[in-house]
Amino acid sequence: MMLKLENVHTFYGQIEALKGVSLDVHPGEIVTLIGANGAGKSTLLMTICGSPHASKGAVIFEGQDITQKPTHVIMQCGLALVPEGRRIFPGLTVQENLQMGGFFADKSRLETDLERVFTLFPRLKERRHQRGGTLSGGEQQMLAIGRGLMGRPNLLLLDEPSLGLAPIIIAQIFQILKEIREEGVTIFLVEQNAHRALQLADRGYVLENGRIVLADSGANLLANDEVRKAYLGG
Amino acid sequence: MPRALSDALLAAALTAVLLTPIFGLHIRVDGVNVSLNRTPMPVIVAVVIVFLLRLFQQPLQRLWAKLRAPASWRENALTAALGQTVQQPRYRLALWLLLLAAAMIWPFTASRGAVDVMTLALIYVMLGLGLNIVVGFAGLLVLGYAAFYAVGAYTYAYLAQQYGLSFWWGLPLAGGLAALTGFLLGLPVLRLRGDYLAIVTLGFGEITRLLLNNLNSLTGGPDGIGNIPRPTLFGLEFNRVASEDGTAFHEFFGLDYSGNHGVIFMYLLGLALVLATLFVINRLLRMPLGRAWEALREDETACRSLGLNPTVIKLSALTLSAAFAGFAGAFFAARQGYINPESFTFIESAMVLAIVVLGGMGSQLGVMLAAVAITVLPELAREFNEYRMLAFGLVMVLMMMWRPQGLIPASRPPQKLPEHAEATQ
Repeated sequence: MMLKLENVHTFYGQIEALKGVSLDVHPGEIVTLIGANGAGKSTLLMTICGSPHASKGAVIFEGQDITQKPTHVIMQCGLALVPEGRRIFPGLTVQENLQMGGFFADKSRLETDLERVFTLFPRLKERRHQRGGTLSGGEQQMLAIGRGLMGRPNLLLLDEPSLGLAPIIIAQIFQILKEIREEGVTIFLVEQNAHRALQLADRGYVLENGRIVLADSGANLLANDEVRKAYLGG
Repeated sequence: MPRALSDALLAAALTAVLLTPIFGLHIRVDGVNVSLNRTPMPVIVAVVIVFLLRLFQQPLQRLWAKLRAPASWRENALTAALGQTVQQPRYRLALWLLLLAAAMIWPFTASRGAVDVMTLALIYVMLGLGLNIVVGFAGLLVLGYAAFYAVGAYTYAYLAQQYGLSFWWGLPLAGGLAALTGFLLGLPVLRLRGDYLAIVTLGFGEITRLLLNNLNSLTGGPDGIGNIPRPTLFGLEFNRVASEDGTAFHEFFGLDYSGNHGVIFMYLLGLALVLATLFVINRLLRMPLGRAWEALREDETACRSLGLNPTVIKLSALTLSAAFAGFAGAFFAARQGYINPESFTFIESAMVLAIVVLGGMGSQLGVMLAAVAITVLPELAREFNEYRMLAFGLVMVLMMMWRPQGLIPASRPPQKLPEHAEATQ
């Protein structure tokens, strides 16, 4: 088991954002979590990262209980987050952004890891000495994903990578996610763009008001009437 | 027109109210008699000027815009060309070496007073560069920097007075103790952000000054510590008569005694300390730690998502910054020969912060220029000494209006490309 959430409850002050969520991610899978605004999708990702910590339940990553570990420790043990809104460093160059991603990686691997990211995203190689802030939205998203990969994670968490991007760029990014999986990285994808996410994913979960209401294979969810009505526009 | 007239009258009245206590009234002390001198002329002149400027503000603005348009074009072309030349690494290095050579030869040609003032400027350069680490690179507002400066100065002064420690032992100890202070302060405080951090460090600065003032047994209280020995050059002293088991510099080299030797030595020592500071900071900036400071300033959340511990990175910046303040403090104590708490008031912290902001946050060349300007200009304009703070405030306001990014905005050190990467381009 790559990642396992057991009955996770998370609070923001008095508000219970996650009301007992359980889910599994197996090695080599692409698993997606879809849901409406405010359903708790981002909260779920942040809880995995330990910011905020789950107040009840357990988060288990590669057999290790990481529920109460501090964020910086969790983020060094083999999972990487591509945060919502990309959050690249606008003043640093593309290469420096990537180097920040490999901050804790072995320095001798840096060049190979850079090359690996540049093979996935040739656009980033062209712009490696340009500042992050001068890139287009799609390029910034690629940079954010590349930065996440620099730490050689086993599990890549993505929070809405399609946010604010043109359809053609979204298609490109999802294609690359497939390639990343083929390299052996497990992917957990949080998306509002349910159609694309379910097409790509092996399995999917539907989150509503802090609870998982549906869990099935991507194809079955795409065909499911309730899902079609609620998330795919009928 | 009536609108402009009423505006102008209001502005004139305000000017009169503001300036009368500053320029219009002087307290004169004659023995035991205190009398009030009234000098209405400057106030009247100022009121008339403000009234006229305000009354004809709009036509003047139009005229100014007309004059400015072509001028600004020329200016921009010039600065762009200059900027491009300076950006090229080869010219950059040459420029630095030239500046350094000039800075080393200059004291032998200048007057003793001028060299002394420049030595003070070098202390502020060191302080500015040090504070630039936390404020400019890591983006943390620290308002009590003088506290670390004081810790450095008092460490050396106390150790020299009590244990006869020489400057060369005192310097690293002063830096180390200041760094430790920064570290201990940072542990609880760096969890705070922005304004809160500024307020806590402000409080820390005041607490330190009050401690120095009241801890009589250790610091001598308001009397301070005197007779702090000056640095020696490999054991050679810069006194007319050497101490019992020492040798004087002029005796050793068979020169006639001159007070200038000591002054020039202090200046060169200050220059060496500045160079060492620059060297260390620039090395750090090219290392992952330096990049982490900048990344943290840009996006703390993203840093956390990459597994960096923000507190540790901030702590490293504050500790290092405090260490440089400590070095500067020890040098300051050695130069003055006498220190008391008056040298480490809030104004001192504000001054160093102003240097960083005026120079351009994160820009080391800018910070150095600003430090020299802020220490040297008041000396050049001695006769306007009373209006120093007024001018200072005016400069700050004008800078924030026209050049909020500082004298020389920060440009990040260019990264060297690995060779094979260059070949593929």
